[in-house]
Amino acid sequence: MRILVNGAWRETVAAELSTVLDELGYGEAVVTTAVNGEFVAAGVRPRTRLADGDRVEVLAPMQGG
Amino acid sequence: MLQVYGTPLQSRLLLGTARYPSPAVLTEAVRAARAEVVTVALRRESGGERAGQGFWSIIRELGVRVLPNTAGCHSVKEAVTTAHMAREVFGTPWIKLEVIGEDDTLQPDVFGLTEAARLLCAEGFEVFPYTTEDLVVAERLLAAGCRVLMPWGAPIGSGRGLNNLFGLTALRAHFPDVPLIIDAGIGVPSHAARALELGFDAVLINTAVAQARDPARMAAAFAQAVEAGRAARLAGPIEPRDLAAPSTPVIGTAFRG
Repeated sequence: MRILVNGAWRETVAAELSTVLDELGYGEAVVTTAVNGEFVAAGVRPRTRLADGDRVEVLAPMQGG
Repeated sequence: MLQVYGTPLQSRLLLGTARYPSPAVLTEAVRAARAEVVTVALRRESGGERAGQGFWSIIRELGVRVLPNTAGCHSVKEAVTTAHMAREVFGTPWIKLEVIGEDDTLQPDVFGLTEAARLLCAEGFEVFPYTTEDLVVAERLLAAGCRVLMPWGAPIGSGRGLNNLFGLTALRAHFPDVPLIIDAGIGVPSHAARALELGFDAVLINTAVAQARDPARMAAAFAQAVEAGRAARLAGPIEPRDLAAPSTPVIGTAFRG
């Protein structure tokens, strides 16, 4: 299926958000996630199933004012 | 001592972490400012580059308290979701709430701001709303549960100082007990000193330090200005007057009569 990760389309066979993050190389990185504009807490990622066309945001700490 | 949401702060200079020439200069500037609180943000992270991880380790090494922002959010929904994400990553209930209403001035959308503040305060967030000097909006934000306000001095990054002196003075007078932190628009240390002289509790500076030729030196200058302004406020400034008043006593002046 195709999902939109941080604005870029990705092909994935994984269904769970946590698995998709592993596939994309996030590993142990400190990130926080949202799916279709809704926050998904780290503990919920393993049971968050993605569907074709879902929009995933993966954010990390960054410089800010 | 200044208290924000029950946290005492010795330093009245809060520092932004964006737009520095390098991470090393950022570190020097935070130390030179003697800042206890720095603002941070969330941005898209690539699984390959992981740019955010290095930044986060630098901030953690500084041992400062972080105030995450919702910069770039243009709607209540975006701001509220970003706040939840920030709380998870940064492990703090503090959120500098920005809901931008207009791109040329980066002026807050005060309607969206009050709505987002209401939602977040109800969920236990400790909200620092980036707002204007509007008294009615300030009332609404306090009613929503905010216990700190962050009125702008001038548009973000403009360096114009305290644009609406009358409005800001009225805000200070109207809410004598609410911590008010001037956020945005400060350009030089004299602007910061002025804010503290007027009774504002603190200032948040980013561009004026980060984009200075020597950021660490400018950070130190701001630290001194903030201390001077606060001391002057406590010392009780004189009232301005229109005509001269001789400072040297006139009684006993020679050559008169």
